[in-house]
Amino acid sequence: MKTTKTKGNFHQTLAPLLFLLPNILIFTTFIIIPLFRGLSMSFMDWGVFTSPKFVGLKNFLLLFKDQVFIITLKNTIVYSICAVLLLLVVSLLLALALSKNSIKGERMFRAVFYIPSLISMVAVGISWRFILGDEMGILNYVIRSLGGARIPWLTNGPMAMMSVIAVTVWAGAGYYMVIFISGLQAIPLELYEAATIDGANRWQEFWRITLPLLKSTVLVVIVLSTIASFKAYELIVTMTKGGPGYSTKFIVQQVYEVAFIEDRMGYASAMSIVLMMIIGAFTLMQFKLSGKEAHYD
Amino acid sequence: MTENKSYLTYAKNIVLLIAALFTLFPVVWVIISAFKPQSELFRVPMSLFPKEWTFANFISAFRHGNFIVYFSNTVFVAVVATLLTVVINIMAGYALAKYIFPGRDIIFAIMIATLMVPLQVIMIPIFLQLKDLGLLNSLWGIIIPPSATPTGIFLARQYMVNISNSMIESARIDGAKELRIFWQIVLPLSKPIIATIAIFSFMWRWNDYLWPLIVITDNKKQTMQQALANFVGQLQINWSNLLAMTTISIVPVILVFLAFQKLFMTGITAGAVKG
Repeated sequence: MKTTKTKGNFHQTLAPLLFLLPNILIFTTFIIIPLFRGLSMSFMDWGVFTSPKFVGLKNFLLLFKDQVFIITLKNTIVYSICAVLLLLVVSLLLALALSKNSIKGERMFRAVFYIPSLISMVAVGISWRFILGDEMGILNYVIRSLGGARIPWLTNGPMAMMSVIAVTVWAGAGYYMVIFISGLQAIPLELYEAATIDGANRWQEFWRITLPLLKSTVLVVIVLSTIASFKAYELIVTMTKGGPGYSTKFIVQQVYEVAFIEDRMGYASAMSIVLMMIIGAFTLMQFKLSGKEAHYD
Repeated sequence: MTENKSYLTYAKNIVLLIAALFTLFPVVWVIISAFKPQSELFRVPMSLFPKEWTFANFISAFRHGNFIVYFSNTVFVAVVATLLTVVINIMAGYALAKYIFPGRDIIFAIMIATLMVPLQVIMIPIFLQLKDLGLLNSLWGIIIPPSATPTGIFLARQYMVNISNSMIESARIDGAKELRIFWQIVLPLSKPIIATIAIFSFMWRWNDYLWPLIVITDNKKQTMQQALANFVGQLQINWSNLLAMTTISIVPVILVFLAFQKLFMTGITAGAVKG
Protein backbone atom coordinates (compact mmCIF):
# COMPACT_ATOMS: atom_id res chain seq x y z
CA MET A 1 0.00 0.00 0.00
CA LYS A 2 2.70 2.39 0.99
CA THR A 3 4.88 1.55 -1.97
CA THR A 4 2.09 2.15 -4.48
CA LYS A 5 1.52 5.56 -3.01
CA THR A 6 5.14 6.59 -3.30
CA LYS A 7 5.17 5.19 -6.78
CA GLY A 8 2.07 7.22 -7.58
CA ASN A 9 3.67 10.43 -6.35
CA PHE A 10 6.81 9.70 -8.26
CA HIS A 11 4.80 9.17 -11.41
CA GLN A 12 2.78 12.28 -10.78
CA THR A 13 5.90 14.44 -10.62
CA LEU A 14 7.65 12.80 -13.49
CA ALA A 15 4.65 12.52 -15.82
CA PRO A 16 4.03 16.27 -16.30
CA LEU A 17 7.70 16.88 -17.03
CA LEU A 18 7.67 14.14 -19.64
CA PHE A 19 4.48 15.58 -21.15
CA LEU A 20 6.19 18.97 -21.32
CA LEU A 21 9.52 17.69 -22.56
CA PRO A 22 9.01 18.02 -26.35
CA ASN A 23 7.79 21.58 -25.97
CA ILE A 24 10.57 22.56 -23.60
CA LEU A 25 13.18 21.12 -25.96
CA ILE A 26 11.73 22.92 -28.98
CA PHE A 27 11.25 26.23 -27.19
CA THR A 28 14.80 26.08 -25.87
CA THR A 29 16.42 25.08 -29.15
CA PHE A 30 14.43 27.25 -31.50
CA ILE A 31 13.45 30.32 -29.50
CA ILE A 32 15.45 30.83 -26.33
CA ILE A 33 18.92 29.91 -27.61
CA PRO A 34 18.39 31.79 -30.91
CA LEU A 35 17.20 34.79 -28.93
CA PHE A 36 20.51 34.97 -27.05
CA ARG A 37 22.50 34.18 -30.18
CA GLY A 38 20.74 37.05 -31.91
CA LEU A 39 21.44 39.40 -29.04
CA SER A 40 25.13 38.56 -29.01
CA MET A 41 25.37 38.73 -32.81
CA SER A 42 24.06 42.26 -32.78
CA PHE A 43 27.32 43.29 -31.07
CA MET A 44 29.47 41.59 -33.70
CA ASP A 45 30.57 41.78 -37.28
CA TRP A 46 29.24 38.49 -38.55
CA GLY A 47 28.96 37.01 -42.03
CA VAL A 48 28.63 33.42 -43.10
CA PHE A 49 32.11 33.47 -44.65
CA THR A 50 33.93 35.71 -42.16
CA SER A 51 34.79 34.91 -38.57
CA PRO A 52 32.76 36.87 -36.02
CA LYS A 53 34.37 39.87 -34.37
CA PHE A 54 33.14 41.81 -31.34
CA VAL A 55 32.46 45.44 -32.25
CA GLY A 56 30.50 46.75 -29.28
CA LEU A 57 27.69 49.13 -30.13
CA LYS A 58 28.96 49.85 -33.66
CA ASN A 59 26.01 48.14 -35.37
CA PHE A 60 23.46 50.10 -33.38
CA LEU A 61 25.23 53.40 -33.97
CA LEU A 62 25.38 52.67 -37.69
CA LEU A 63 21.61 52.11 -37.74
CA PHE A 64 20.94 55.75 -36.95
CA LYS A 65 22.97 56.87 -39.97
CA ASP A 66 21.65 54.17 -42.31
CA GLN A 67 19.32 56.00 -44.71
CA VAL A 68 17.71 52.81 -46.01
CA PHE A 69 17.01 51.50 -42.52
CA ILE A 70 15.47 54.81 -41.51
CA ILE A 71 13.30 54.83 -44.64
CA THR A 72 12.11 51.27 -44.02
CA LEU A 73 11.40 52.07 -40.37
CA LYS A 74 9.45 55.17 -41.40
CA ASN A 75 7.55 53.22 -44.05
CA THR A 76 6.65 50.53 -41.56
CA ILE A 77 5.37 53.09 -39.08
CA VAL A 78 3.28 54.94 -41.69
CA TYR A 79 1.91 51.64 -42.95
CA SER A 80 1.19 50.46 -39.44
CA ILE A 81 -0.69 53.57 -38.35
CA CYS A 82 -2.84 53.77 -41.49
CA ALA A 83 -3.57 50.05 -41.67
CA VAL A 84 -4.42 49.78 -37.97
CA LEU A 85 -6.80 52.77 -38.02
CA LEU A 86 -8.57 51.61 -41.16
CA LEU A 87 -8.79 48.02 -39.96
CA LEU A 88 -10.26 49.24 -36.71
CA VAL A 89 -12.98 51.31 -38.36
CA VAL A 90 -13.89 48.79 -41.06
CA SER A 91 -13.95 45.74 -38.81
CA LEU A 92 -15.93 47.55 -36.14
CA LEU A 93 -18.51 48.73 -38.68
CA LEU A 94 -18.86 45.20 -40.05
CA ALA A 95 -19.23 43.80 -36.54
CA LEU A 96 -21.85 46.40 -35.60
CA ALA A 97 -23.86 45.49 -38.68
CA LEU A 98 -23.53 41.76 -38.12
CA SER A 99 -23.75 41.14 -34.38
CA LYS A 100 -27.41 41.50 -33.54
CA ASN A 101 -29.16 38.83 -35.57
CA SER A 102 -31.09 41.73 -37.05
CA ILE A 103 -30.78 40.89 -40.73
CA LYS A 104 -31.25 37.85 -42.86
CA GLY A 105 -28.15 35.94 -43.90
CA GLU A 106 -26.01 37.32 -41.11
CA ARG A 107 -23.96 34.14 -40.84
CA MET A 108 -23.37 34.12 -44.58
CA PHE A 109 -22.20 37.74 -44.52
CA ARG A 110 -19.80 37.00 -41.69
CA ALA A 111 -18.36 34.06 -43.62
CA VAL A 112 -17.92 36.16 -46.75
CA PHE A 113 -16.05 38.94 -44.93
CA TYR A 114 -13.89 36.37 -43.19
CA ILE A 115 -12.81 34.56 -46.36
CA PRO A 116 -9.94 36.92 -47.34
CA SER A 117 -8.17 36.28 -44.04
CA LEU A 118 -7.98 32.58 -44.88
CA ILE A 119 -5.82 33.18 -47.92
CA SER A 120 -2.02 33.21 -47.59
CA MET A 121 -0.51 36.68 -47.85
CA VAL A 122 1.57 35.42 -50.77
CA ALA A 123 -1.60 34.54 -52.69
CA VAL A 124 -3.25 37.80 -51.61
CA GLY A 125 -0.33 39.77 -53.01
CA ILE A 126 -0.40 37.83 -56.28
CA SER A 127 -4.16 38.23 -56.67
CA TRP A 128 -4.07 41.97 -56.15
CA ARG A 129 -1.06 42.43 -58.39
CA PHE A 130 -3.10 40.71 -61.08
CA ILE A 131 -6.05 43.03 -60.42
CA LEU A 132 -4.07 46.26 -60.03
CA GLY A 133 -1.75 45.79 -63.03
CA ASP A 134 -1.14 49.06 -64.92
CA GLU A 135 -1.95 47.92 -68.43
CA MET A 136 -3.79 44.68 -68.05
CA GLY A 137 -5.34 44.76 -64.62
CA ILE A 138 -9.11 44.56 -64.42
CA LEU A 139 -9.41 47.66 -62.24
CA ASN A 140 -7.71 50.01 -64.69
CA TYR A 141 -9.64 48.34 -67.49
CA VAL A 142 -12.91 49.20 -65.77
CA ILE A 143 -11.75 52.75 -65.02
CA ARG A 144 -10.76 53.30 -68.64
CA SER A 145 -13.97 51.85 -70.03
CA LEU A 146 -15.81 54.35 -67.84
CA GLY A 147 -13.75 57.11 -69.45
CA GLY A 148 -11.18 57.64 -66.69
CA ALA A 149 -7.40 57.69 -66.91
CA ARG A 150 -5.54 54.66 -65.71
CA ILE A 151 -4.10 54.87 -62.22
CA PRO A 152 -0.55 53.71 -61.40
CA TRP A 153 -1.71 51.57 -58.46
CA LEU A 154 1.62 49.86 -57.93
CA THR A 155 4.09 51.89 -59.99
CA ASN A 156 3.88 55.23 -58.20
CA GLY A 157 5.38 55.44 -54.71
CA PRO A 158 2.58 56.94 -52.57
CA MET A 159 -0.03 55.14 -54.67
CA ALA A 160 1.72 51.80 -54.08
CA MET A 161 1.77 52.45 -50.33
CA MET A 162 -1.95 53.20 -50.40
CA SER A 163 -2.64 50.04 -52.39
CA VAL A 164 -0.66 47.93 -49.91
CA ILE A 165 -2.59 49.48 -47.02
CA ALA A 166 -5.94 48.95 -48.75
CA VAL A 167 -5.14 45.30 -49.49
CA THR A 168 -4.06 44.79 -45.87
CA VAL A 169 -7.46 46.06 -44.77
CA TRP A 170 -9.20 43.83 -47.30
CA ALA A 171 -7.28 40.81 -46.08
CA GLY A 172 -7.58 41.45 -42.33
CA ALA A 173 -10.90 43.14 -41.62
CA GLY A 174 -12.90 39.90 -41.37
CA TYR A 175 -10.58 38.47 -38.73
CA TYR A 176 -10.89 41.49 -36.45
CA MET A 177 -14.62 41.60 -37.19
CA VAL A 178 -14.97 38.18 -35.53
CA ILE A 179 -13.14 39.45 -32.43
CA PHE A 180 -15.38 42.54 -32.31
CA ILE A 181 -18.54 40.47 -32.71
CA SER A 182 -17.68 38.41 -29.65
CA GLY A 183 -16.93 41.62 -27.76
CA LEU A 184 -20.26 43.13 -28.78
CA GLN A 185 -22.20 40.04 -27.86
CA ALA A 186 -20.79 40.21 -24.34
CA ILE A 187 -22.53 43.55 -23.72
CA PRO A 188 -25.72 42.91 -21.73
CA LEU A 189 -28.86 43.63 -23.74
CA GLU A 190 -30.61 45.16 -20.74
CA LEU A 191 -28.35 48.19 -21.03
CA TYR A 192 -29.74 48.92 -24.48
CA GLU A 193 -33.29 48.32 -23.33
CA ALA A 194 -32.82 50.75 -20.47
CA ALA A 195 -31.34 53.32 -22.84
CA THR A 196 -34.30 52.96 -25.22
CA ILE A 197 -36.71 53.53 -22.36
CA ASP A 198 -34.75 56.65 -21.43
CA GLY A 199 -35.22 57.83 -25.00
CA ALA A 200 -31.64 57.52 -26.24
CA ASN A 201 -31.16 57.31 -30.00
CA ARG A 202 -28.85 54.87 -31.79
CA TRP A 203 -26.04 57.40 -31.99
CA GLN A 204 -26.12 58.08 -28.24
CA GLU A 205 -26.33 54.36 -27.57
CA PHE A 206 -23.18 53.79 -29.56
CA TRP A 207 -21.10 56.49 -27.87
CA ARG A 208 -22.43 56.06 -24.34
CA ILE A 209 -22.86 52.28 -24.09
CA THR A 210 -21.27 50.31 -26.89
CA LEU A 211 -17.94 52.06 -27.23
CA PRO A 212 -17.12 52.42 -23.51
CA LEU A 213 -17.94 48.76 -22.89
CA LEU A 214 -16.00 47.71 -25.97
CA LYS A 215 -12.88 49.57 -24.93
CA SER A 216 -10.80 46.51 -24.07
CA THR A 217 -11.74 44.75 -27.32
CA VAL A 218 -10.77 47.88 -29.25
CA LEU A 219 -7.40 47.88 -27.53
CA VAL A 220 -6.86 44.16 -28.22
CA VAL A 221 -7.60 44.73 -31.90
CA ILE A 222 -5.21 47.70 -32.02
CA VAL A 223 -2.42 45.73 -30.38
CA LEU A 224 -2.90 42.61 -32.52
CA SER A 225 -3.07 44.53 -35.78
CA THR A 226 -0.07 46.67 -34.86
CA ILE A 227 2.02 43.58 -34.17
CA ALA A 228 0.88 42.05 -37.46
CA SER A 229 1.74 45.21 -39.38
CA PHE A 230 5.29 45.31 -38.03
CA LYS A 231 5.74 41.69 -39.13
CA ALA A 232 4.49 42.37 -42.68
CA TYR A 233 6.67 40.86 -45.36
CA GLU A 234 4.94 38.34 -47.68
CA LEU A 235 2.40 40.80 -49.01
CA ILE A 236 4.96 43.36 -50.12
CA VAL A 237 7.32 40.80 -51.58
CA THR A 238 4.63 39.52 -53.93
CA MET A 239 2.75 42.77 -54.56
CA THR A 240 5.44 45.44 -54.95
CA LYS A 241 8.81 43.83 -54.03
CA GLY A 242 9.21 46.85 -51.78
CA GLY A 243 9.10 49.22 -54.73
CA PRO A 244 8.93 51.40 -56.65
CA GLY A 245 12.29 52.44 -55.23
CA TYR A 246 12.09 52.03 -51.48
CA SER A 247 8.54 53.31 -51.19
CA THR A 248 6.95 50.13 -49.82
CA LYS A 249 10.00 48.52 -48.28
CA PHE A 250 9.42 47.54 -44.65
CA ILE A 251 11.77 46.48 -41.82
CA VAL A 252 11.45 42.70 -42.16
CA GLN A 253 12.33 42.81 -45.85
CA GLN A 254 15.37 44.98 -45.07
CA VAL A 255 16.51 42.58 -42.32
CA TYR A 256 16.14 39.63 -44.66
CA GLU A 257 18.07 41.26 -47.49
CA VAL A 258 20.90 42.62 -45.34
CA ALA A 259 21.30 39.26 -43.60
CA PHE A 260 20.86 36.77 -46.41
CA ILE A 261 21.74 38.70 -49.56
CA GLU A 262 24.37 41.19 -48.33
CA ASP A 263 25.60 38.66 -45.74
CA ARG A 264 25.91 41.23 -42.93
CA MET A 265 24.29 39.11 -40.25
CA GLY A 266 25.58 41.03 -37.25
CA TYR A 267 24.27 44.32 -38.55
CA ALA A 268 20.92 42.74 -39.54
CA SER A 269 20.67 41.29 -36.02
CA ALA A 270 20.89 44.81 -34.61
CA MET A 271 17.94 45.75 -36.83
CA SER A 272 16.07 42.70 -35.56
CA ILE A 273 16.63 43.81 -31.99
CA VAL A 274 14.98 47.16 -32.76
CA LEU A 275 12.04 45.31 -34.33
CA MET A 276 11.88 42.96 -31.38
CA MET A 277 11.64 45.82 -28.91
CA ILE A 278 8.73 47.31 -30.84
CA ILE A 279 6.86 43.99 -31.11
CA GLY A 280 7.73 43.08 -27.52
CA ALA A 281 6.31 46.34 -26.17
CA PHE A 282 2.99 45.78 -27.96
CA THR A 283 2.83 42.11 -26.89
CA LEU A 284 3.32 43.14 -23.27
CA MET A 285 0.45 45.57 -23.68
CA GLN A 286 -1.68 42.72 -24.99
CA PHE A 287 -0.80 40.55 -21.97
CA LYS A 288 -1.78 43.37 -19.63
CA LEU A 289 -5.08 43.88 -21.46
CA SER A 290 -6.11 40.26 -21.63
CA GLY A 291 -5.03 39.75 -18.03
CA LYS A 292 -7.52 42.43 -17.06
CA GLU A 293 -10.13 41.08 -19.42
CA ALA A 294 -10.14 37.36 -18.69
CA HIS A 295 -9.49 35.60 -15.43
CA TYR A 296 -8.47 32.32 -16.88
CA ASP A 297 -8.48 29.96 -13.93
CA MET B 1 -41.56 55.27 -37.63
CA THR B 2 -41.67 51.59 -38.60
CA GLU B 3 -41.58 52.54 -42.27
CA ASN B 4 -38.51 54.62 -41.60
CA LYS B 5 -36.87 51.70 -39.85
CA SER B 6 -37.57 49.26 -42.65
CA TYR B 7 -36.00 51.70 -45.11
CA LEU B 8 -32.92 51.77 -42.91
CA THR B 9 -32.67 47.99 -42.79
CA TYR B 10 -33.12 47.94 -46.54
CA ALA B 11 -30.29 50.45 -47.01
CA LYS B 12 -28.08 48.55 -44.61
CA ASN B 13 -28.66 45.35 -46.54
CA ILE B 14 -27.73 47.00 -49.80
CA VAL B 15 -24.52 48.44 -48.35
CA LEU B 16 -23.60 45.05 -46.89
CA LEU B 17 -24.32 43.35 -50.17
CA ILE B 18 -22.06 45.75 -52.06
CA ALA B 19 -19.33 45.33 -49.47
CA ALA B 20 -19.66 41.54 -49.72
CA LEU B 21 -19.38 41.66 -53.51
CA PHE B 22 -16.33 43.90 -53.28
CA THR B 23 -14.78 41.48 -50.76
CA LEU B 24 -15.42 38.38 -52.83
CA PHE B 25 -14.67 39.78 -56.27
CA PRO B 26 -10.85 39.54 -56.15
CA VAL B 27 -11.02 35.88 -55.10
CA VAL B 28 -13.64 35.02 -57.69
CA TRP B 29 -11.80 36.92 -60.42
CA VAL B 30 -8.55 35.07 -59.74
CA ILE B 31 -10.22 31.66 -59.63
CA ILE B 32 -12.28 32.19 -62.77
CA SER B 33 -9.31 33.65 -64.64
CA ALA B 34 -7.39 30.47 -63.89
CA PHE B 35 -9.93 28.67 -66.11
CA LYS B 36 -9.47 31.01 -69.06
CA PRO B 37 -7.37 29.96 -72.03
CA GLN B 38 -4.17 32.00 -72.27
CA SER B 39 -5.50 33.83 -75.32
CA GLU B 40 -8.50 35.09 -73.37
CA LEU B 41 -6.75 36.14 -70.16
CA PHE B 42 -5.98 39.74 -71.12
CA ARG B 43 -8.23 40.04 -74.16
CA VAL B 44 -10.18 43.28 -74.51
CA PRO B 45 -13.10 43.60 -73.96
CA MET B 46 -12.63 41.68 -70.74
CA SER B 47 -15.39 39.46 -69.51
CA LEU B 48 -15.96 37.82 -66.15
CA PHE B 49 -16.55 34.35 -67.50
CA PRO B 50 -14.36 32.66 -70.08
CA LYS B 51 -15.96 31.92 -73.45
CA GLU B 52 -14.42 28.53 -73.18
CA TRP B 53 -13.57 26.95 -69.80
CA THR B 54 -10.28 25.08 -69.74
CA PHE B 55 -8.15 23.04 -67.37
CA ALA B 56 -5.08 23.63 -69.54
CA ASN B 57 -3.50 26.06 -67.07
CA PHE B 58 -3.74 23.56 -64.24
CA ILE B 59 -2.35 20.76 -66.38
CA SER B 60 0.54 22.86 -67.57
CA ALA B 61 1.22 24.18 -64.07
CA PHE B 62 1.60 20.61 -62.86
CA ARG B 63 3.55 19.50 -65.90
CA HIS B 64 6.05 22.32 -66.19
CA GLY B 65 8.19 23.33 -63.34
CA ASN B 66 8.15 21.28 -60.20
CA PHE B 67 4.69 22.22 -59.05
CA ILE B 68 3.73 18.64 -58.25
CA VAL B 69 6.82 18.50 -56.02
CA TYR B 70 5.95 21.78 -54.28
CA PHE B 71 2.40 20.59 -53.83
CA SER B 72 3.37 17.28 -52.25
CA ASN B 73 5.99 18.97 -50.05
CA THR B 74 3.27 21.31 -48.80
CA VAL B 75 0.82 18.51 -48.11
CA PHE B 76 3.51 16.53 -46.29
CA VAL B 77 4.58 19.49 -44.17
CA ALA B 78 1.01 20.54 -43.36
CA VAL B 79 -0.16 17.04 -42.38
CA VAL B 80 2.88 15.91 -40.40
CA ALA B 81 3.33 19.29 -38.72
CA THR B 82 -0.33 19.38 -37.71
CA LEU B 83 -0.10 15.91 -36.15
CA LEU B 84 3.04 16.86 -34.26
CA THR B 85 1.60 20.19 -33.15
CA VAL B 86 -1.57 18.61 -31.83
CA VAL B 87 0.24 15.83 -29.96
CA ILE B 88 2.84 17.97 -28.20
CA ASN B 89 0.59 20.94 -27.47
CA ILE B 90 -2.15 18.78 -26.02
CA MET B 91 0.42 16.98 -23.88
CA ALA B 92 1.82 20.28 -22.64
CA GLY B 93 -1.62 21.75 -22.06
CA TYR B 94 -2.57 18.70 -19.99
CA ALA B 95 0.58 18.87 -17.88
CA LEU B 96 0.00 22.56 -17.19
CA ALA B 97 -3.70 22.15 -16.47
CA LYS B 98 -3.89 19.01 -14.35
CA TYR B 99 -0.64 18.53 -12.45
CA ILE B 100 0.88 20.43 -9.58
CA PHE B 101 4.66 20.52 -9.69
CA PRO B 102 7.39 23.03 -8.89
CA GLY B 103 8.04 25.59 -11.64
CA ARG B 104 4.74 25.01 -13.42
CA ASP B 105 3.61 28.62 -13.52
CA ILE B 106 7.03 29.85 -14.56
CA ILE B 107 7.18 27.36 -17.42
CA PHE B 108 3.73 28.44 -18.58
CA ALA B 109 4.66 32.11 -18.34
CA ILE B 110 7.87 31.62 -20.33
CA MET B 111 6.02 29.69 -23.03
CA ILE B 112 3.42 32.44 -23.41
CA ALA B 113 6.14 35.11 -23.32
CA THR B 114 7.74 33.61 -26.44
CA LEU B 115 4.93 35.32 -28.35
CA MET B 116 7.18 38.37 -28.07
CA VAL B 117 9.80 36.64 -30.18
CA PRO B 118 8.21 35.75 -33.53
CA LEU B 119 10.27 34.30 -36.36
CA GLN B 120 10.56 37.73 -37.96
CA VAL B 121 12.87 38.94 -35.20
CA ILE B 122 15.05 35.83 -34.83
CA MET B 123 15.27 34.60 -38.40
CA ILE B 124 19.04 35.05 -38.54
CA PRO B 125 19.95 33.03 -35.42
CA ILE B 126 17.26 30.48 -36.33
CA PHE B 127 18.96 30.03 -39.68
CA LEU B 128 22.33 29.47 -37.96
CA GLN B 129 20.78 27.14 -35.41
CA LEU B 130 19.20 25.01 -38.14
CA LYS B 131 22.49 24.99 -39.99
CA ASP B 132 24.32 23.71 -36.90
CA LEU B 133 21.72 20.98 -36.43
CA GLY B 134 21.85 19.95 -40.09
CA LEU B 135 18.20 20.82 -40.63
CA LEU B 136 18.67 23.32 -43.46
CA ASN B 137 17.09 22.13 -46.69
CA SER B 138 15.12 19.50 -44.84
CA LEU B 139 11.34 19.50 -44.55
CA TRP B 140 11.83 18.56 -40.88
CA GLY B 141 13.47 21.94 -40.44
CA ILE B 142 10.12 23.50 -41.36
CA ILE B 143 8.04 20.98 -39.43
CA ILE B 144 9.69 20.74 -36.01
CA PRO B 145 10.69 24.25 -34.84
CA PRO B 146 7.29 25.98 -35.08
CA SER B 147 5.31 22.96 -33.83
CA ALA B 148 5.52 24.14 -30.22
CA THR B 149 3.17 27.10 -30.28
CA PRO B 150 2.27 29.31 -27.31
CA THR B 151 -1.23 29.81 -28.70
CA GLY B 152 -1.79 26.06 -29.01
CA ILE B 153 -0.55 25.37 -25.48
CA PHE B 154 -2.69 28.21 -24.15
CA LEU B 155 -5.85 26.95 -25.89
CA ALA B 156 -5.23 23.37 -24.77
CA ARG B 157 -4.58 24.37 -21.18
CA GLN B 158 -7.65 26.60 -20.95
CA TYR B 159 -9.82 23.82 -22.23
CA MET B 160 -8.37 21.06 -20.07
CA VAL B 161 -8.58 23.03 -16.82
CA ASN B 162 -12.33 22.33 -17.04
CA ILE B 163 -12.01 18.55 -17.24
CA SER B 164 -13.21 17.13 -13.94
CA ASN B 165 -10.50 16.08 -11.50
CA SER B 166 -12.60 13.33 -9.97
CA MET B 167 -12.50 11.20 -13.13
CA ILE B 168 -8.73 11.39 -13.21
CA GLU B 169 -8.44 10.74 -9.48
CA SER B 170 -10.68 7.71 -9.50
CA ALA B 171 -8.75 6.23 -12.42
CA ARG B 172 -5.58 6.74 -10.39
CA ILE B 173 -7.09 4.96 -7.40
CA ASP B 174 -7.98 2.09 -9.72
CA GLY B 175 -4.29 1.92 -10.50
CA ALA B 176 -4.25 3.37 -14.00
CA LYS B 177 -0.87 4.63 -15.25
CA GLU B 178 -0.52 8.33 -16.05
CA LEU B 179 -0.10 7.73 -19.78
CA ARG B 180 -3.19 5.55 -19.85
CA ILE B 181 -5.22 8.21 -18.06
CA PHE B 182 -4.09 10.73 -20.64
CA TRP B 183 -4.83 8.43 -23.53
CA GLN B 184 -8.13 6.88 -22.42
CA ILE B 185 -9.77 9.62 -20.37
CA VAL B 186 -8.32 13.01 -21.18
CA LEU B 187 -7.90 12.71 -24.95
CA PRO B 188 -11.49 11.63 -25.72
CA LEU B 189 -12.78 14.52 -23.61
CA SER B 190 -10.58 16.99 -25.47
CA LYS B 191 -11.82 16.31 -28.99
CA PRO B 192 -13.20 19.83 -29.62
CA ILE B 193 -9.96 21.57 -28.70
CA ILE B 194 -7.95 19.02 -30.67
CA ALA B 195 -10.06 19.83 -33.73
CA THR B 196 -9.59 23.57 -33.24
CA ILE B 197 -5.82 23.32 -32.87
CA ALA B 198 -5.57 20.92 -35.81
CA ILE B 199 -7.51 23.15 -38.17
CA PHE B 200 -5.63 26.32 -37.30
CA SER B 201 -2.33 24.51 -37.49
CA PHE B 202 -3.13 23.01 -40.88
CA MET B 203 -4.22 26.33 -42.35
CA TRP B 204 -1.21 28.15 -41.00
CA ARG B 205 1.20 25.53 -42.35
CA TRP B 206 -0.50 25.48 -45.72
CA ASN B 207 -0.17 29.25 -46.01
CA ASP B 208 3.20 29.78 -44.35
CA TYR B 209 5.96 31.37 -46.38
CA LEU B 210 8.59 32.69 -43.97
CA TRP B 211 9.67 29.40 -42.37
CA PRO B 212 10.20 27.63 -45.70
CA LEU B 213 12.00 30.73 -46.97
CA ILE B 214 14.51 30.57 -44.10
CA VAL B 215 14.96 26.79 -44.11
CA ILE B 216 14.85 25.77 -47.76
CA THR B 217 17.00 26.87 -50.67
CA ASP B 218 17.01 23.57 -52.59
CA ASN B 219 14.45 23.87 -55.38
CA LYS B 220 13.23 20.28 -54.87
CA LYS B 221 12.32 20.92 -51.22
CA GLN B 222 10.35 24.13 -51.67
CA THR B 223 6.72 24.53 -50.70
CA MET B 224 3.83 25.96 -52.68
CA GLN B 225 3.92 29.43 -51.15
CA GLN B 226 7.63 29.69 -51.90
CA ALA B 227 7.03 28.61 -55.48
CA LEU B 228 4.24 31.16 -55.86
CA ALA B 229 6.47 33.96 -54.56
CA ASN B 230 9.28 32.88 -56.90
CA PHE B 231 6.96 32.81 -59.90
CA VAL B 232 5.59 36.29 -59.28
CA GLY B 233 9.16 37.52 -58.77
CA GLN B 234 10.19 36.65 -62.32
CA LEU B 235 10.52 39.33 -64.96
CA GLN B 236 8.17 37.61 -67.35
CA ILE B 237 5.24 36.32 -65.35
CA ASN B 238 3.29 33.45 -66.86
CA TRP B 239 -0.02 34.63 -65.41
CA SER B 240 -2.11 31.72 -66.65
CA ASN B 241 0.06 29.18 -64.82
CA LEU B 242 0.50 31.41 -61.81
CA LEU B 243 -3.25 31.93 -61.41
CA ALA B 244 -3.85 28.19 -61.62
CA MET B 245 -1.28 27.59 -58.86
CA THR B 246 -2.72 30.41 -56.77
CA THR B 247 -6.16 28.83 -57.13
CA ILE B 248 -4.79 25.49 -55.94
CA SER B 249 -3.42 27.27 -52.88
CA ILE B 250 -6.61 29.24 -52.13
CA VAL B 251 -9.46 26.79 -52.72
CA PRO B 252 -8.61 24.09 -50.13
CA VAL B 253 -8.47 26.57 -47.23
CA ILE B 254 -11.81 28.07 -48.18
CA LEU B 255 -13.36 24.59 -48.35
CA VAL B 256 -11.93 23.65 -44.94
CA PHE B 257 -13.33 26.89 -43.55
CA LEU B 258 -16.80 26.32 -44.96
CA ALA B 259 -16.83 22.81 -43.51
CA PHE B 260 -15.72 23.85 -40.00
CA GLN B 261 -17.01 27.41 -39.80
CA LYS B 262 -18.13 27.24 -36.20
CA LEU B 263 -14.80 25.95 -34.90
CA PHE B 264 -13.11 28.87 -36.60
CA MET B 265 -15.17 31.56 -35.01
CA THR B 266 -14.76 30.18 -31.49
CA GLY B 267 -11.07 29.45 -32.06
CA ILE B 268 -10.30 33.00 -33.13
CA THR B 269 -12.06 34.50 -30.16
CA ALA B 270 -10.39 32.19 -27.67
CA GLY B 271 -6.98 32.72 -29.24
CA ALA B 272 -7.29 36.48 -29.51
CA VAL B 273 -7.92 36.94 -25.82
CA LYS B 274 -4.42 35.73 -25.23
CA GLY B 275 -2.30 35.67 -28.34
